[in-house]
Amino acid sequence: MDFFRTVADHYNYVITIFVMVAGLYIVTSRGNLIKKLVGLAIFQTSVYLLYIEPGKILGGTAPILHPDFTVYSNPLPHVLILTAIVVGVATLALGLALVVRINEAFGSIEEEEIIEKDRAP
Amino acid sequence: MSAAWLHLPILQVVLPLFGAIAAAFLKRSASAFALALVVSWLMPVIAGALLWQVLTGGPVSYHLGGWEPPWGIEYRVDLLNAFVLLLISAIGAVIMPAARRSIDLEIEADRQPRFYCMFLLCLTGLLGIAITGDAFNAFVFLEISSLSTYVLIALGPDRRALLAAYRYLIVGTIGATFYVIGVGLLYLVTGTLNMADLAVRIGPAWEAQSRAIIAALGFITVGVGLKLALFPLHAWLPNAYTYAPSWVTVFLSASATKVAIYLLVRFYFSVFGSAVDLDLLPVATFIVALSVAAMFLASISAVFEPNLKRMLAYSSVAQIGYITLGIGLQNQAGVTGGLVHIVNHGMMKAALFLAAGAVLLRVRTVRIAELAGIGRKMPWTMAAFSVAGLGLIGTPGTTGFVSKWYLVLGAIERGWWPLAFLIVASSVIALVYVGRFLEIAWMREPAEGLAEAADPPGSVLLPLLILAAATIYFGLDTALTAGIAGQAAQSLLGGMR
Repeated sequence: MDFFRTVADHYNYVITIFVMVAGLYIVTSRGNLIKKLVGLAIFQTSVYLLYIEPGKILGGTAPILHPDFTVYSNPLPHVLILTAIVVGVATLALGLALVVRINEAFGSIEEEEIIEKDRAP
Repeated sequence: MSAAWLHLPILQVVLPLFGAIAAAFLKRSASAFALALVVSWLMPVIAGALLWQVLTGGPVSYHLGGWEPPWGIEYRVDLLNAFVLLLISAIGAVIMPAARRSIDLEIEADRQPRFYCMFLLCLTGLLGIAITGDAFNAFVFLEISSLSTYVLIALGPDRRALLAAYRYLIVGTIGATFYVIGVGLLYLVTGTLNMADLAVRIGPAWEAQSRAIIAALGFITVGVGLKLALFPLHAWLPNAYTYAPSWVTVFLSASATKVAIYLLVRFYFSVFGSAVDLDLLPVATFIVALSVAAMFLASISAVFEPNLKRMLAYSSVAQIGYITLGIGLQNQAGVTGGLVHIVNHGMMKAALFLAAGAVLLRVRTVRIAELAGIGRKMPWTMAAFSVAGLGLIGTPGTTGFVSKWYLVLGAIERGWWPLAFLIVASSVIALVYVGRFLEIAWMREPAEGLAEAADPPGSVLLPLLILAAATIYFGLDTALTAGIAGQAAQSLLGGMR
């Protein structure tokens, strides 16, 4: 029972890890270059969850100094993840741009077809 | 002057950043090149001044925006950083003059200003990783350098460059994300991102949170291991180096993997090592085993490789193995050997790839079989290649010998005699693949396609000769390289538990 107890208490981490592994699985298992990038984006999203969840305290407010509020949520993870989101967007955009160029050059976005075309020029 | 003197750490990063933005707006290739040249020549001046400050006054701490660490971002320069900063910026400055001719061949004129923009961004990221004292800030710089690196590789003339860049993007992003997961776990446990502060707080957190800390170390090791091409996480490297524009390969081989190694060293010794007893975490043995595998398997791949650039790329994987081996040895001589090999390998591999780029410039091929007798047509280029190649093998009188000397000492000090033997044995494989090419280049009659070949113009030849001369100079006078590496190793190991 203790095990289920631990899992239930940390359900947010369970979700995070599920999203993380699902993303990585898509990256490694798919041969379609766009789908790989989708998996990569999902994988990166799991990290946003990993950072943000622990920063939130139920009933906590934004850190504004005021006598009415005593419980604050930590704002730093949000700031960090804002940066990470920008990085993620840039990576996805660059990845998609590369896929467009690969499609122009090879006429395919399936990894196996590309490798085949590469062998027989 | 005194204001600039105080703000050197931020200038090191901000100058190339602004240079990159300015280069993006320039229309003419010549003006973008001039800008990149000026910026890249300023960098070693700043890095040298920082090293001087550290040598005379101890570690430099710079608080961004005036916020005290650990709340604000801190740039912290100690001997190790200053050493790495000087290497990256000096290599960039030495090879920059060669960029013009090499890039003219491989990239269309209207794209060239943006090429220089990407190079300066990459330089910003690499110098940023080396200078920052904040774990999350290092992630941001890691991604700045990585994203610009993907673009630089994709600019290669062959369409396979696109595929190499795409694959590197996937692997590199997974690596950076692993790193940031590790940093996130450390943040959850300690509530801080400042590396010096992390080192203080991990120790007390160890009792209750040892599992999270071990997981963090694992994630950071694998993530950074992907970036530094630690065997068997090196699969992206050979194609990326082969199909990238020649000059980009020269720059990346001397800088990108080296900065990632620095990051690993920083986390391993300064953050984890000073907080917990590293013998509790069996990472060192693991790294040593992978390093030995890299030294042999990658070297054997190089022996059978028909493409000169890819042969050198496999050799890079093997040489990175020597560096990580030194780190894994965890003693004074071993770490000194690893750190000094960061610099030595940077110089040698830059010279080798630059020579390969010069060959490509003159004869438009780097297939070894088609390069028979190239030494008679391009004597200076191949002389420089030979000197750097001898360094790769570890011939006495070159820098490679200095590195391997310390590594063997480190292995013996640990009592691992077979390892000392393996270091020497792997050099024999390097002798085989370097010797194979040198035999083809010097001993055979020039091939038909090489009738027109001649040494490259001075802008390419001079950097090449400087790098080759440095390979010999630093092999004889080790005061600067091994001396500083030794001091850095001493302070890293001295801070360990």
